[in-house]
Amino acid sequence: MAVNKTNAPGATRAQETPSFKRDLLATLPSLRAFAVSLSGRHDKADDLVQDTVMKAWAKQESFELGTNMKAWLFTILRNEFYSQMRKRGREVQDTDGAFTERMAVHPSQYGIVDLNDFRKALDRLPDDQREAVILIGASGFSYEEAAEICHCAVGTMKSRVSRARTKLQELLQVAGESDYGPDAVSAQVTSIPHLS
Amino acid sequence: MNDLSTIRRRQDDALGPNSDIGNKLRALYGAVQDEGIPDKLLQLLDRLDEVEQQNKTDKGE
Repeated sequence: MAVNKTNAPGATRAQETPSFKRDLLATLPSLRAFAVSLSGRHDKADDLVQDTVMKAWAKQESFELGTNMKAWLFTILRNEFYSQMRKRGREVQDTDGAFTERMAVHPSQYGIVDLNDFRKALDRLPDDQREAVILIGASGFSYEEAAEICHCAVGTMKSRVSRARTKLQELLQVAGESDYGPDAVSAQVTSIPHLS
Repeated sequence: MNDLSTIRRRQDDALGPNSDIGNKLRALYGAVQDEGIPDKLLQLLDRLDEVEQQNKTDKGE
């Protein structure tokens, strides 16, 4: 006779669910920031997070409590993002790029101009490299976790981060030096012929 | 502002607290994080929770 699985103690389920919801809630701000960095728009990012929450909720039985919920949710969101992109085909992306123009000014050591230059530089990275520096540098994942989220080898993740850093440094140096005036700008333009 | 565990973990590598790139990444990311969770999402979670509780009640117990 088959074991009736619905006989599992109800008390266990009752404890698990609130904790699942609580952990999910705790991860949402970071998950949403990642979604904004991927989609480049707040409205699309919120739709993406919403789809992710519904998927995750439906799959919560398959999630093992005590394992890394943040990485699990990021994986679902990223898969969802790329699957939606594929479905839409290569339609022209109507986005503000990585992160968005209309982002609130953040009280930090950086001015808005500084961060805007940085945002533009980030925007010029290939998608896989941008995603790599964000997951490692801002979301707080280890290389191993980020590699799992992006379905790639740890070495690949490390090399993406390293190439992204080199490229960003290059771009930011150019942006920084242009502050010294038009002469510095034209000097940069002639001395760096293959910027992108 | 910055996620402390992020800083601790990244201390030994290139995107750590002494990295300009790392700090700018966290400033952008943090700006979105600090916006809070939209009501729409909170309502969705509450609805999912309600439906689940309802299903449990319907199944008896």
